Amino acid sequence: MEGNHEKARVRLCYLCNQRRAALKRPKTLEQICRECFYEVFEEEIHQVIVKNQLFKPGERIAIGASGGKDSTVLAYVLSELNRRHNYGLDLFLLSVDEGITGYRDDSLETVKRNELQYGLPLKIVSYKDLYGWTMDEIVKTIGLKNNCTFCGVFRRQALDRGAALLKVDKLVTGHNADDIAETVLLNILRGDIARLSRCTSITTGEDGPIPRCKPFKYTYEKEIVMYAYFKRLDYFSTECIYSPNAYRGFAREFIKDLERMRPRAILDIIKSGEDFRISTSTKMPEQGICERCGYISSQKWCKACVLLEGLNKGLPKLGIGRSRGLDNNHRKDVKQSNGTKNIEGKQCGSLDF
Amino acid sequence: MQLTLEFGGGLELLCDSVKIHDVNVIPNNEVDKLTMKDLLVWVRTNVIKERPEMFMKEDSVRPGVLVLVNDCDWELSGQLDTPLEEKDVVVFISTLHGG
Repeated sequence: MEGNHEKARVRLCYLCNQRRAALKRPKTLEQICRECFYEVFEEEIHQVIVKNQLFKPGERIAIGASGGKDSTVLAYVLSELNRRHNYGLDLFLLSVDEGITGYRDDSLETVKRNELQYGLPLKIVSYKDLYGWTMDEIVKTIGLKNNCTFCGVFRRQALDRGAALLKVDKLVTGHNADDIAETVLLNILRGDIARLSRCTSITTGEDGPIPRCKPFKYTYEKEIVMYAYFKRLDYFSTECIYSPNAYRGFAREFIKDLERMRPRAILDIIKSGEDFRISTSTKMPEQGICERCGYISSQKWCKACVLLEGLNKGLPKLGIGRSRGLDNNHRKDVKQSNGTKNIEGKQCGSLDF
Repeated sequence: MQLTLEFGGGLELLCDSVKIHDVNVIPNNEVDKLTMKDLLVWVRTNVIKERPEMFMKEDSVRPGVLVLVNDCDWELSGQLDTPLEEKDVVVFISTLHGG
């Protein structure tokens, strides 16, 4: 009985033809064993790093670490590759404490364990220190509407400021192929041409103070989670306690449905995003500098300063909505998506491109 | 049939934050035969305490939930048709939570 049951299920690895296959790769549909999976998974990321010249020897690199699966696997794989291939990088973990009780305080504990497990120095920057407000305090003031806008805008700057404090040359984030496909789709749905044209770049902000890059650009979420599971990596997977971004949730659900039918869809959406040509008559916003804090901005003040001004003056609606002309449509979208059944996606603010 | 179920990646939140469940599943009609399809229905009724739509969609798991039977991706064993045996370990992991 036992023998039959094993025989019925055992399939050999497509690559080594010796060990039992443990998973089906979404990218190639190959059935491979654990050991070969570790090898191809790590090697592909190494190839992406080399081909795109993401790093130079001697560079200081901050890994944006939330304690979640993507950044945990990134920290693990990057320190492994750094050793194996002598990248010569100084790696650091950089975390943002948004001040969300029962959520971020717990996930920061995971990052602190990662600091010891991987031997990478950790720097935590907090919204409270940078802006004078925790997310808990912001939500108390503005309620559960638009709080993700505040969090997303603040996180982006917080990571840059933390990276500056660590004096790193680059910041890497754990955005994976699924995240990028989802963002391509969202930028199309929002008509956000400026973001559409840059969201598929593996490195962004090269003209700014601290470039960011995404070594997992072509790495499927399924493989990241399988890798973390097989290697028993320690990660945190609770959702943010504040309302999830419903619009992004729809895009995510759609991508996952497509993936089930045709796993290549994810890479194909990224390819479409990469190959879009933006018509030259499209007016693109010009990058300048915030007059108040000196951060990059296409407006007189950067978004964080506008939002902070609103908070400090008791006018938290200030700076919400992309522009006056679009505000009505924007509100309609929000209403519609709130009215539908609860579709939850990833924590909303973790994906800022 | 004695099975061990494990929920991870945030799915444990749907069952009182308990990750590992040792369960005894009694096959519905035919004796001795249980597939993943039957198990999912059983789990939804007997293990999941809240928001079942986070776990299942139509008659399968929600896209984005990974399933492993005895540490093997269920895509290799026939997904819903995967036959289950005494003492099998079935793992459900959500990929949808957090980054």
